[in-house]
Amino acid sequence: MIQADLSVILPEIVLALFAMFALLAAVYTGKDKLGVPLVWATGGLMAVLAIWIATTGQGTNVAFNGMFVDDGFARFAKVTILLSAAAVLVMSQDYMARRDLLRFEYPLLVALAAVGMMMMVSAGDLMALYMGLELQSLALYVVASLRRDSVKSTEAGLKYFVLGALSSGLLLYGASLVYGYAGTTLFSGIIETAQHGHVTLGLLFGLIFLISGLAFKVSAVPFHMWTPDVYEGSPTPVTAFFATAPKMAAMGLFARVMHDAFGLAVADWSQVIALLSLLSMFLGAVAAIGQRDIKRLMAFSSIAHMGYALMGLAAGTQFGVQALLVYMAIYVTMNVGTFAFILMLEKDGKPVTDITALNSYAKREPAKALAMLILLFSLAGVPPMLGFFGKFYVLRAAYDAGLAWLAVAGVIASVIGAFYYLRIVYYMYFGEEGEELESNSSPVLWGFLMASAAVMVLGIVNMFGVEGAAAAAAATLVN
Amino acid sequence: MSVFAFYLFAISAITGGLFTVISRQPVHSVLWLILSFISAAGLFVLLGAEFVAMLLVIVYVGAVAVLFLFVVMMLDVDFAELKAEMARYMPLALLIGLVILMQFVMAFGAWESAHGAAEHLAQPVPADRHNTEALGLIIYDQYFLLFQLAGLILLVAMIGAIVLTLRHRQDVKRQDVVAQMMRDPAKAMELKDVKPGQGL
Repeated sequence: MIQADLSVILPEIVLALFAMFALLAAVYTGKDKLGVPLVWATGGLMAVLAIWIATTGQGTNVAFNGMFVDDGFARFAKVTILLSAAAVLVMSQDYMARRDLLRFEYPLLVALAAVGMMMMVSAGDLMALYMGLELQSLALYVVASLRRDSVKSTEAGLKYFVLGALSSGLLLYGASLVYGYAGTTLFSGIIETAQHGHVTLGLLFGLIFLISGLAFKVSAVPFHMWTPDVYEGSPTPVTAFFATAPKMAAMGLFARVMHDAFGLAVADWSQVIALLSLLSMFLGAVAAIGQRDIKRLMAFSSIAHMGYALMGLAAGTQFGVQALLVYMAIYVTMNVGTFAFILMLEKDGKPVTDITALNSYAKREPAKALAMLILLFSLAGVPPMLGFFGKFYVLRAAYDAGLAWLAVAGVIASVIGAFYYLRIVYYMYFGEEGEELESNSSPVLWGFLMASAAVMVLGIVNMFGVEGAAAAAAATLVN
Repeated sequence: MSVFAFYLFAISAITGGLFTVISRQPVHSVLWLILSFISAAGLFVLLGAEFVAMLLVIVYVGAVAVLFLFVVMMLDVDFAELKAEMARYMPLALLIGLVILMQFVMAFGAWESAHGAAEHLAQPVPADRHNTEALGLIIYDQYFLLFQLAGLILLVAMIGAIVLTLRHRQDVKRQDVVAQMMRDPAKAMELKDVKPGQGL
């Protein structure tokens, strides 16, 4: 029986064992000299696992007494998580190595965080959910303060840790209330108790606490306060990591808890999530206008994007989940490209994050500026780019579910948000001559920037099949 | 008798928790925390979970609380200033606390377990086996996956502590066993034949 269970979680086991053996190997031999090979090995292994999961995974497999669920939804999320984590890891190698930050623990912590994320999206039990979440978060707290000589990086890690602990407390309290009322921590058991009649008041209380804890992890307003500081203070490659894989994992977990455990109380949670979505979209759009630091700007941008993704969840339908998955896949791809661009910005060997430094960037680097222009248009949701289709999807899901007001608000917020994306374009193309940035182009970063921009343009043909995969994934979660 | 014991432990747990928060001396806070832990252990004994009660005393009182004491004594934190800071936010905090309390009264006042919850609920003490055995069956069998994950979390915590605090000192000479064994007299010594009456 245990073999059957273990074969279901084989990808997780492989990644965890790799991290542990690599840790031993690095400690006893080369130490930090192994940093660069380990980055490539970890990235390669994650990519291989992603392909493995995508090609071999079939049906719905439940393991460990229902605590671990491997279905189409989990596989879609895992493939996105692994690919984006691998991309960001490979992108960070050059930046970290030149600043003496590439300790061998960095790729291993990212790998262990990825194990946690895979557990999160596959959780079938409140305890498994919490374990996955903590494994992920703890690794993230550490990588946030990896630049331990910098006050800002340390502050970022500490802030993230303290507020993360608070949100874990909320989540656990909610989980204990749910357990107290439902009598079980299994999602399949919780949804059964709701089947026999109405959802009890205590269960709703637990649900609200759970939503608060999860909203913190996806940085939805009003639980977003940590995001700008953490994004700004962390080393840029770590920020890129924060903006991609963990967001997908938290969103996947959010959707799984809501549909698997509380799928029969859609009306109860949909209104709460609709409000979170509305606030996130507007705060993300308005607060980013005043930002001069591109990492803080991306923090508010990610808050706004989470608002749109939550709109798909608020719809509470199968199409809503499909829209959420499509939106997250596009969002992750855009962010990988944008951060590849940000990682290339430097002057005198020091990273530059002020957006005014981009003045007349297009004259010196026309190709990179054009790629960034495409990505920014896509982030803003300007029609011909793929980002528009992501927004279109969630808006339609919300409209179909009778949340027309939310869809309208989403359009308005998107127009407000377009301002700060387009302002960067303005600086790049029409800004006055200013100090020159160095034009160092690591081929890896250049490749990711161009590939991501190309996806934004070419993807409008058929989205590379993501649409169909997301539909199949959503069908396994909501039925 | 057991009802009396329950209220005794419950009240002392709450008192301990309250004084942990409001006592002026941080060391006193830790001592009150210990009272709280011990009362909770008493509650576990009343439930029949002696093993968990012993763990609580040994791990939390024996190790964690002592660690807290060390941290409180070693850290140079101006608690008076922190308290003053806290006093400024007190009215707002009290208001929010009151609102949440009222909401909880509403929720718990109408306590109504979900249908079929009773048969799901785990028994604190299985009738046919003793405490340690029952816990072992749960941790190493039913919750095997979670147990392994907890191990991974502790590993991450350990890696994190080392990454963030360990600094390799370059000026310290470390023992290199292999290098020591590979030495031979030819490389390590230089023989000089010093003639009497002459220097080198």
